Amino acid sequence: MKRSRIKINILSYILLLLGLFIVAIPLWYMVSTAFKPQTMIFELPPQIWPNPSTFNNFIKALTTDNFGLYFWNSTKVAVTATLLTVAVSSMLAFAFARLNFKFKEQLFYLLLLGMMVPPVMLIIPQFVISHWLKLYNSLWGLILVYVTMNISMQTFLLRGVFEDIPKDLEEAAMMDGGSPWMFFTRIVLPLSGPGLAVVVINSFLYSWEEYAWANVNIGDSANRTLPIAIALFQSAHLTQWGQVFAASLVALIPVVIIFIVFQRYFVQGISTTGIKG
Amino acid sequence: MHTKKSRNQVIPAIIFLLPGFALFFVFFLGPLLYSLRISFYNWNFAHVDRSVFVGFKNYIDQLKDPIFHRAVINTAVYTAITVIVKMVLGFIVANLLNQKLRGRTFLRVAYYLPVITSWVIVSLLFTYMFSGQGGLVNYFLKNVLHATSKNIMWLADPVLALVPVVLVDIWKGVGWTVIIFLAGLQTIPTELIEAAAVDGANNWERLIKIILPMMRGTLVFLLVVLILGGLNAYVPFQLITHGDPMDQTHSILTLMYRATFQRMDFGNGAAISYLLTLFVFILSFVQLKLLRKPAGE
Repeated sequence: MKRSRIKINILSYILLLLGLFIVAIPLWYMVSTAFKPQTMIFELPPQIWPNPSTFNNFIKALTTDNFGLYFWNSTKVAVTATLLTVAVSSMLAFAFARLNFKFKEQLFYLLLLGMMVPPVMLIIPQFVISHWLKLYNSLWGLILVYVTMNISMQTFLLRGVFEDIPKDLEEAAMMDGGSPWMFFTRIVLPLSGPGLAVVVINSFLYSWEEYAWANVNIGDSANRTLPIAIALFQSAHLTQWGQVFAASLVALIPVVIIFIVFQRYFVQGISTTGIKG
Repeated sequence: MHTKKSRNQVIPAIIFLLPGFALFFVFFLGPLLYSLRISFYNWNFAHVDRSVFVGFKNYIDQLKDPIFHRAVINTAVYTAITVIVKMVLGFIVANLLNQKLRGRTFLRVAYYLPVITSWVIVSLLFTYMFSGQGGLVNYFLKNVLHATSKNIMWLADPVLALVPVVLVDIWKGVGWTVIIFLAGLQTIPTELIEAAAVDGANNWERLIKIILPMMRGTLVFLLVVLILGGLNAYVPFQLITHGDPMDQTHSILTLMYRATFQRMDFGNGAAISYLLTLFVFILSFVQLKLLRKPAGE
């Protein structure tokens, strides 16, 4: 019994490390390419670490082509969209979880339609509407669409979280003459930290990496976000892979930071979105 | 139950719902219906009043177009392969990680790294690795495995160009299925599996008779979400193949993009997106019917 247990463990490790190896190769190749001089971009066999290695790609990628501006645009878009998504979807979720009104479930199902229709499918009419509302070429055009594409899923998630807050707390809050707004801001929100963290993660990652809509709605180069800028840079400088991946790595820094800080909520988020075994 | 609290709270409800539903109507529901209208017109973007109603013509044009057929086949093949491989690999890795192993937190994070790396970046990365001259994949096939004597021009071939697209999706997506399977596996009580072991069930029997039936909900969820995601593939096709060569490697949505924003034919673009949506709705409905728990369970 014990010996077979050890055998299974060793086999598990071998398989897991093999998988890890396959996962790691492209990532390693991206990082090492970012440090390669241009002359070594297509040099084979690949070296584990480029020799000679260089920081030039980072310097060039960051100083030319307004990279700083695109990074700042992405930051503005992702931070604003995240804050608005948290505000709007927690208000929606509060209404669905804690208030009584007519057509509540019908409205909720209508909202859930947003989870079934893929965002890319809507870019044609959104493009038309964006022109009408003078949101074409504006970062607000990105922000408002990102918030909208996120609220269905995030409201669904938060409704479950808010429904778990005990009735007693609500009664206590209302007893002192409190309004629903006070109950929402003083009790429900402070008690829902992990749920809100999941919303922050989901909406930040979405807004930071969104490509299809930004590509359509932003025509002016001064308003580009990072995904657009990186894709355009690659198609304009076909073989300058070192600079492409240097820029990509810098673009990944905020995502990795968010991931490390909120890592334990990732799994929690999955189990609170209503998936049960 | 006519206490103060159970009364209709219409005014607070309106206040809490207003911002969300305003956005939802303007940027989701409105566009969804508006797009249906566009799909029945020869749409003139610059002068909307000069758009001409053409009935089902845009739909019929698409259904007759060999490029559309090709895009449907590409999307279906891509979806079938990626969904099956991601489910199988994800299930295996999740079961391996669901043991008491040293370093399993590290492994879990490592497997998740491709998931958080953005689509644009991984698509460019795979384009680079599949370069005809000097690409890492060709080097591996030619000089390490000796499986081919000359470089394969992946992106110049209408069938081979789909290989990097499929592989990038699998590489990026397995980590996510692992996490979902892990969440599902953790809901199975360990006593149940131990009891079966005491009764003499081997690993295989435990898998078939206990683990898989207990994970039915997770399997259904993954199948629905992954198929939906596959049918809506956009960025990897757009950035790796661009539909080349000769428009043979489009997905349905890159074809929609081409019709709308390169040919400025909004009517046909909208028709393509509605054909896809219609198919997605039918499929979701069938899936839910087929996979719903048998009565009495």
